[in-house]
Amino acid sequence: MSVLTAKRVSKFFGHFPALRDLSFSFEAGDCIALLGRNGAGKTTLLNLMAGLSRPTDGKLEIASRVGLLGHGIGVYDELTARENLKFFASLSPRQIDVEAWLEKVNLRDVANATLREYSRGMRQRLALARTFMGEPELLLLDEPFTSLDDKATALLQSLLAEALARNATVVLSTHQIPEAMALASRILFLERGKLGYFGPRPDEMLGDSTWIYRTYGVAT
Amino acid sequence: MLRMSWMVFLKDVRMEFRGKEAINASLAFALVVLILFSFAFDPTSEQIREITGGLLWILFAFSGVLLVNRSFVREQSNDCLDILLVSKVPASALLLGKTLANLLFIALVQVVCLPVFSLLYNINLFQQPVWLMGICLLASWAIAILGTVFAAMTVNLRLRELMLPVIVYPMIIPALAAAMQLTNIIAVGKVPEGDDLIWVRLLVGFDVIFTTLSIGLIDTILVD
Amino acid sequence: MNDKVLLALGVASALYLVRNLYTMFMVLPDEAAQGAIYRIMFFHIPSWFTCFACFLASGVASAFAIWKKNFKGDSFAVAATEVGLAFTFIGLATGMIWAKIIWGIWWTWDARLTWAFITALTYAGYLMMRNMIDDPSERMRVTGVLSIFSFTSVVITYKAIDWWRTQHPGAILSFRTGGGNTDPAMESMIYQNWYALMLLTVVLVMLRFRQEETRREIEGMRRLAFTR
Repeated sequence: MSVLTAKRVSKFFGHFPALRDLSFSFEAGDCIALLGRNGAGKTTLLNLMAGLSRPTDGKLEIASRVGLLGHGIGVYDELTARENLKFFASLSPRQIDVEAWLEKVNLRDVANATLREYSRGMRQRLALARTFMGEPELLLLDEPFTSLDDKATALLQSLLAEALARNATVVLSTHQIPEAMALASRILFLERGKLGYFGPRPDEMLGDSTWIYRTYGVAT
Repeated sequence: MLRMSWMVFLKDVRMEFRGKEAINASLAFALVVLILFSFAFDPTSEQIREITGGLLWILFAFSGVLLVNRSFVREQSNDCLDILLVSKVPASALLLGKTLANLLFIALVQVVCLPVFSLLYNINLFQQPVWLMGICLLASWAIAILGTVFAAMTVNLRLRELMLPVIVYPMIIPALAAAMQLTNIIAVGKVPEGDDLIWVRLLVGFDVIFTTLSIGLIDTILVD
Repeated sequence: MNDKVLLALGVASALYLVRNLYTMFMVLPDEAAQGAIYRIMFFHIPSWFTCFACFLASGVASAFAIWKKNFKGDSFAVAATEVGLAFTFIGLATGMIWAKIIWGIWWTWDARLTWAFITALTYAGYLMMRNMIDDPSERMRVTGVLSIFSFTSVVITYKAIDWWRTQHPGAILSFRTGGGNTDPAMESMIYQNWYALMLLTVVLVMLRFRQEETRREIEGMRRLAFTR
């Protein structure tokens, strides 16, 4: 059962082709590392997959609930942790046990404080709760390991493992290749808006982070 | 869709009442302007009655736009708008929820300013309370819906605080003009009738047309 | 539209205008009540018709651009709006000159004039917005919506003389009054001048449209060249 299918997807900003003629499809349980240089179109593609943006050409079918962990934390500073999770839970058709999730990210004791009083690590953990609590079938993570403290990193890894265990699809856009290679079953490599490589994670990548750039990238 | 609008409404109201920044600023601004008006126009003269509607609705338009500016800024600081859209909240639900919240805030400013105006200028604005509420509701809805839609348009701009008033004020003039005329009538205790009813029709028509346009086009504004 | 067509239209427009001017001054008599100055109506009314036509075209092009994600529509919309705004100012100026001579005042805040002024403001706002948004896709969507909203002020300006009692003269053209208000030769002249101005407008809009499309292409190429 395909979770996401792209057929000849292109995205133009005016005359500038950010993405050109991409065709690929994700199955349930895939963990895809989205790689590419800065400016290759990773964020544009993530936005398309998240539904924040629509393709200029081609078709993109997303058959699932999507969870996004982007650059911004995606929670409200003025509300408390509990209020935040309750609000986002109310937007989901599923029944979500907010208290259990607060417990899971170790914020239950301080759930009545507004986020302004939280440390950065605490806000990151709340963001993780917000992303994973709806049990989305497609998880889109943009640079998730960047600036996470050690507790949050461990939490993220366990949440990812849980998600993959229940057959969710995970897309990780990242420059931290070793962490991604440990999890990824496939790689989608973008080069200047075009599909450089899409397929199983090559074993070469485990030892050599730049292998895919050298093999499938365009020499400058 | 209505349920999500309600959720968005509750969230925005809760956020605003937590900090009360926009409401306080808006109220303070409104009261200061009321006082300024008293220097510009002699509060004891009979002519005040003729410009009551004008003064009040200029006041509500200015403070209304101040309030409305914040609607989408709230979502921006942590990229929350993206999350809402990803969670499949329809753009129209976002718009409705935020417009209702803004309507509430504008109403709060009015609830304070109307009695203050009555006291300072010796004009009893409450002689036709039902009409007063009706006019305030219809005209404030106009300010709220257009303000919220245009706030969505300007949220990413560098000079947001400047551009929003520049494009909103011309658009809401029909509603303001109608509100001013009707307010003048009820300020002297009369009930709008006959020819005056054209202003009511204008207000209602304005609200219907722009609400429809806004709900239809908000998706285009928010989603690329 | 290629260069030859545009040149032909431009020349046709110029010739038509010259012919109209000749007719205006040599053939048509002075108006009974207004004297010689009434001839400014031959520019005032057509300017406003042209302006409304431009803003209508802009609204339609914007709707098309949004619906079909077509950037050409966006380029056309801004071209039509700019030309329309120019004619708005011509319309306002000719009106003010006429008013000074006939009424003795440059301006009055009646419904039609006020709405004409508001129309000018709303579309000036549109052009300001275009300058403030860098991303072409966002610019197309946001200003497209703004163009559609702004068209309501055009509609109100047009209907203002029907809905309110105004200082501005009421309807004089046959299609609005059913006939009998205006001398047929003069009424015909109004339309003739409008056709001439519309020819000119087509040339101006197409030139601006081409320029906008070229600018967009250059922007795209520049972005492409910078990625390395």
